[in-house]
Amino acid sequence: MRYATTIIIGAGQSGLSMSKHLTARSIDHVLLERGQVANSWRTERWDSLRLLTPNWQTRLPGYGYAGDDPDGFMTKSEVISFLQQYADVSAAPVLRETRVLRVRQEEHGYQVSTNLGIWRCQKLVIASGACNVASVPSLSAAFPPAVISLSLLQYKNPDQLPNGGVLIVGASASGIQLAREIQASGRPVVLSVGEHVRMPRTYRGRDIQWWMNAIGAMDVRYDSMEDIERARRLPSPQLIGTPERVTVDLNSLRQAGVRLVGRIVGVHDGAVQFSGSLANICALADLKMNRLLSAIDEWVKSNGLIDELAVPPYRPAATDIGPDTELSVNLMAAGIGSVIWATGYRPDYSWLDVPVVDRKGRIQHDGGVVAAPGMYVMGLPFMRRRKSSFIDGAGDDAADLAAHLNQNLTRAAA
Amino acid sequence: MRTIDNSAATAVNNGVNVEALLSAREALGNAPEAAQFKWRASCVWLNGTHSRSTIGNFFGLTAEQARDKTFTVEADHPQVFAAEDNAPTPVEIVLSGLASCLTAGVAAVAQRRGIQLHKVTALLEAEMDIQGILGMDDDVRNGFGAIRVHFDILADASEDEIKALVAQSQKRSAVFDIITNPTNVFVTVN
Repeated sequence: MRYATTIIIGAGQSGLSMSKHLTARSIDHVLLERGQVANSWRTERWDSLRLLTPNWQTRLPGYGYAGDDPDGFMTKSEVISFLQQYADVSAAPVLRETRVLRVRQEEHGYQVSTNLGIWRCQKLVIASGACNVASVPSLSAAFPPAVISLSLLQYKNPDQLPNGGVLIVGASASGIQLAREIQASGRPVVLSVGEHVRMPRTYRGRDIQWWMNAIGAMDVRYDSMEDIERARRLPSPQLIGTPERVTVDLNSLRQAGVRLVGRIVGVHDGAVQFSGSLANICALADLKMNRLLSAIDEWVKSNGLIDELAVPPYRPAATDIGPDTELSVNLMAAGIGSVIWATGYRPDYSWLDVPVVDRKGRIQHDGGVVAAPGMYVMGLPFMRRRKSSFIDGAGDDAADLAAHLNQNLTRAAA
Repeated sequence: MRTIDNSAATAVNNGVNVEALLSAREALGNAPEAAQFKWRASCVWLNGTHSRSTIGNFFGLTAEQARDKTFTVEADHPQVFAAEDNAPTPVEIVLSGLASCLTAGVAAVAQRRGIQLHKVTALLEAEMDIQGILGMDDDVRNGFGAIRVHFDILADASEDEIKALVAQSQKRSAVFDIITNPTNVFVTVN
């Protein structure tokens, strides 16, 4: 049985950032990685995916993008290289191909069983990501068996799909990206739209992430939010990273020929039923987007930036869903042979044999400090800050949690 | 435990006890079984298309909730349907249910957001092709083709803030959900 003071599960941006901070504090640790560094990026994302944040914002403690395209968006393979290089440069003690099978509590810490033997540790950092399992609603089981069903973890590119129509369920970042490329592949897309967050890629000449960062939105702390659970449940914004910095929204998708329908609510006799609430869902998203743009305009004014910006305030056109949104689509009649569930992800804690997960499958934590002694979690949506699940958020969270971890070590020794 | 800033909310009064609603939400978060409600109505045929529904007790917070009175709602059909027009049609009562639900929501959300309301009126219109209910064309549904709701709201708020009230009210409305989404209906007879 081997021992490390701290075990970090996962060698992605969160685990590597924590490793960097633990090294700086001379706290011995290992990272247990089920595959290779950046494993989710290597094996569980679609081919065309690029980061939603610009290159300049792709930064980790003591490390950042050094190329000549700070406003570009990294491809999947560039993200993998970036994280691998960071692991190499920071000499992170990563144990590859080491899959955690079970974690249980012991008197002074945790016992971590892996496919390569048992470890013990005093402190445990769960940095295995927020996107291990594709969330697929239970009504997917009611689809006719002839319809091919893919989750976000299974979809790679349009060539996987049969010719003919495709139903995409979900219109957050993943759903709109897939709708765009699948419609462009010649397969007519029906896009089922639930609650979503609308954002233009650029506003007044700057990237929306630049603005979010500038106005302080990304640094908003979890304990300053009135309803943090709601903030944590918010779907990812409708953004895509492309070299052309295009905005993809429901208007542009509809112009490209995508048929917009409401949230999926049932399947009956080969027909899929959709909610009649789409108009309001879009009104909510438009209003919320405009509040963000107003906050940006206010910030510009109060920081005296007006002269620097050539572009005066403007508002993207309101979402136009057309006059006759379909409430039901017969899959056979519409020639739809496949459905993609772009309905989000959730973390997998099936290996965690410590009672810290609630009835909804959420780990109980206070800003990443889990409700079990010496246990931490990282990289979850709005965990400590709005940016917690972003690459750029890993550093600040790791600094805070490493300080907390260290404080407790000191106390234990005293 | 988070504190909620009511400094703005206490300045306005729309007659909604937001604090009670918020503490109910907090309490139910720890006891989801108490959130299971059952709403009821009974209906008796009077004559022709005229009927009277009676509404009284309901179930919620893990117990029967007795009201100190019961309510009645009558329904009938108009003379163009060769009926006596003793009361509104059931579909008009559905419209009134939607209107009341959304209006109550506007008041509650406004109170929560510290917005003083002065006037809220809603005008509803629903399209219906009665070839459906007359059994003339199976491709025509019985119910509404579409419902249009127009709100006229006077409040101490910007235009977008008022739009957001109405949008949030729809988002949290039971009747809006009942109408926009399918519901299984089980009917038995003895």
